[in-house]
Amino acid sequence: MIHKTSLEIGGMGHPIKRKEDLRFIQGKGNYVDDVHLPGMVYGHLVRSPYAHAWLKSVNTEKAKQLPGVLAVITGEDLAKANLAWMPTLSYDKQMVLATGKVLFQSQEVAFVVAEDRYTAADAAELVEVEYEELPVLVDPKKAMDPDAPLLREDREQKDNHIFHWEVGDRQATEQVFQKAAVKASVHAFFPRCHPAPLETCGCVADFNRATGKLTIYMTSQAPHAHRTVFALVGGIPEQNIRVISPDIGGGFGNKVPVYPGYVCAIVASLTLGVPVKWIETRSENLQSTGFARDYHMTAEIAADRDGKMQGLRVKTLADHGAFNAAAQPTKFPAGLFNICTGSYDYPQAFCEVDGVYTNKAPGGIAYRCSFRVTEAAYLIERVVDVLALELKMDPAELRRKNFIPESKFPYKSSLGWTYDSGNYEGAMKVALDKIGYEQLRKEQAEKRKKGELMGIGISSFTEIVGAGPAHTFDILGIKMFDSCEIRIHPTGKAIARMGTKSQGQGHETTYAQIVAQELGIPAADVVIEEGDTDTAPYGLGTYASRSTPTSGAATAIAARKIRDKAKKIAAYLLECSENDLEWEPGKFYVKGAPSKAKTIQEIAFAAYTNIPPGLEAGLEAVDYYDPPNLTFPFGTYVCVVDIDKGTGEVKVRRFVAVDDCGNIINPMIVEGQIHGGLTEGLAIAFMQQIDYDESGNVQGGSFQDYLLPTAVETPHWETDKTCTPSPHHPFGAKGVGESPNVGSPAAFVNAVVDALSHLGVKHIDMPIAPWKVWNILKEKGVTA
Amino acid sequence: MAKTQLVRVKVNGRDRQAEVEPRLLLIHFIREVLQLTGSHIGCDTSHCGACTVLLNGKTVKSCTMFAVQADGGEILTVEGLIKDGQLHPLQEGFKEEHGLQCGFCTPGMLMSSYALLHNNPKPTEEDIRWGISGNLCRCTGYQNIVRAVQYAADKMAQGGAK
Repeated sequence: MIHKTSLEIGGMGHPIKRKEDLRFIQGKGNYVDDVHLPGMVYGHLVRSPYAHAWLKSVNTEKAKQLPGVLAVITGEDLAKANLAWMPTLSYDKQMVLATGKVLFQSQEVAFVVAEDRYTAADAAELVEVEYEELPVLVDPKKAMDPDAPLLREDREQKDNHIFHWEVGDRQATEQVFQKAAVKASVHAFFPRCHPAPLETCGCVADFNRATGKLTIYMTSQAPHAHRTVFALVGGIPEQNIRVISPDIGGGFGNKVPVYPGYVCAIVASLTLGVPVKWIETRSENLQSTGFARDYHMTAEIAADRDGKMQGLRVKTLADHGAFNAAAQPTKFPAGLFNICTGSYDYPQAFCEVDGVYTNKAPGGIAYRCSFRVTEAAYLIERVVDVLALELKMDPAELRRKNFIPESKFPYKSSLGWTYDSGNYEGAMKVALDKIGYEQLRKEQAEKRKKGELMGIGISSFTEIVGAGPAHTFDILGIKMFDSCEIRIHPTGKAIARMGTKSQGQGHETTYAQIVAQELGIPAADVVIEEGDTDTAPYGLGTYASRSTPTSGAATAIAARKIRDKAKKIAAYLLECSENDLEWEPGKFYVKGAPSKAKTIQEIAFAAYTNIPPGLEAGLEAVDYYDPPNLTFPFGTYVCVVDIDKGTGEVKVRRFVAVDDCGNIINPMIVEGQIHGGLTEGLAIAFMQQIDYDESGNVQGGSFQDYLLPTAVETPHWETDKTCTPSPHHPFGAKGVGESPNVGSPAAFVNAVVDALSHLGVKHIDMPIAPWKVWNILKEKGVTA
Repeated sequence: MAKTQLVRVKVNGRDRQAEVEPRLLLIHFIREVLQLTGSHIGCDTSHCGACTVLLNGKTVKSCTMFAVQADGGEILTVEGLIKDGQLHPLQEGFKEEHGLQCGFCTPGMLMSSYALLHNNPKPTEEDIRWGISGNLCRCTGYQNIVRAVQYAADKMAQGGAK
């Protein structure tokens, strides 16, 4: 039970307005491209037009002669400093600047530095690169063919296979399938897409030759981890590196990896001794930095005739592009994909994933997603609908029959996760009632008689977020704890710093609310600071919905440490025993004598002015929080679509999202996150795709053809909630930023397939563009 | 250095001038020459609208025109919305209705909304959605931006500001 604070204090549950907004609405944000340092110069990357080619020569002479050009760096130059390659977060390596050959279109080949942006771009055009084209591998299904071109000669292993990963009991699952009365299966491709935050990636690297200090302002979701990577790779003592992640214009996973541009800017600054700015163009962002998904998945369910599911089998081919630059916990080559049993109670399951190289941009990152849970949730919610069709059973009824019952939590899944809590049927009931499910099914039946196309799609997803417990989760060996340090000033105001980094999530507000909740200091009096590695405690950063489960928890624990000390001070001031004191947000008072009280502000003042004998001065604490388990937010989404038979256009008529993220810090911010995540889910389901032609030319490499929804395509979202607190999190929260992006794609696709299911349609791959639907309608002879 | 040309503009009520290369984009002129960094760059193809400013009362995507084309013109950027220390009702609306998250699209959104309300003081939800359809937002799903614009329209109808 969370003690409700006053609105003035603004603790948990208050929809207080965001503290960060005042600077953003006045154009006073400070994003990386706004950083302007004296003497700063500009970098520009030369990129490969070919997807696979020998690099015969790189001639930089003409570029260097252009007035204003300061340096042109090539892969050969970096090789001399042993920096031509860098490690990825997945124990692979990646070329910083190409040597020998190029492996994807837009790969980084040279870095030009000039006095201004325009000159740098001009000079990049003057770099003469000679290529000799090689056969291109685009289709991952052909990656393991004997005649497939070998992409990575640098590896000892002479094929294009990266990893095989399997979880579950293969044989026991096989036996379940042999005995199954009913089977359903789906081949579902989750297309390659890109998070495309509105701000692209970039940095200003500033090496000060006098002090030996390297300061890097960069678009980083994980500034501490990046500092350590730079120290290990570059050999610069870590105390001499300061990473500052200023305001970040959206991340969604795109700003987790280290990209070649950052490294080039650092090398250039070290070489020239002046600050070097490098900012991607949008095309560079879409064509070369962390893509997501690209999973070719097959799922099969074995079930009884009455719909009780008995087994799940999943086989997946993962396209990682030219380098395995997946940003995920190191022990999980396919991320948390083995959450693919979803919300259902499967006695047996087996999941295997193979990763391969292709001539595409490297990745893949967790796009608003906790390491492949989006792929998993989409797959299971899709195949459950296929089973419903097979059984001629209502998809809501089939889900209800197979949900992990509330009584079984904590629940150990057959693929190894221990779900902390859940009430799937509860969330589904709220969603179905809110949308009027029974009535909609009647309407659909009527419309079908008239030949009109209407569909209802359900997705009852579970998430798995908050990575993660140290015994299982690390990135390159660094455990995935996170941190908070709180300092209370003499006047009772506070500053708190975390190892995470907001990119729009509103941490400056929500973390202040946690401090307010725990200490009774008004949220308005608490400054939150993140992103400066010289001041903030070490942490792994913000992605995979981990901020609230990890740093949020650390904030509560650090505040409780402060409260413990405050209690000693209060006892001293009130001349009583600590045992005689009671706490309510903002003050300690003597049991039975509430007027004998000391406010947290009075206690803070005493901590510096009237220190009890035997106690240290000051009032501050730090906590590094190692979560005992992950958290498992969940929900049910229901989508209603109408399809235009003339054009194949799908119109989302209604969308109800019921989320359960446990106890909520700020309901306004949670709702905002859900709106945003649903809109990205809509984009993935209907619009966004990074595709390649047979020569490896990227399709969808600019906003011209990588389509993002505007306000016009975006429907009105209807949200609601249930609340099942996490049993192990200090204040019962779970994390929410990604749920809507994880849960919604299946709801959209299920709705479209449902609208066409009477025509024999069982599956359509995303993105469901009007032409795809129109072709199906034409084939079925039902176009208007 | 290529040949330069003098550009004279009035920006947020103040006369500014500079010698610039004829190819200098207006957004770079605003951000780097005038050092008004509120307007942002989010794409290279004039799709995202993060660079939207008002030129002679009309919205332009300042990444898609040259600074020299603005010569003699009057420019309003997000920095010019605040008047005598008072936030514009739109700025207030964005804060009150949670119309922003990362804040990167916000300056462009504000300027498009400003032009919308100037031309249509009582917009319907559909009017607002079309009015901001030249501006992309990756965080909010637009719903609260619509509310923010409605908030401002209501406030301005009650005689707030114009």
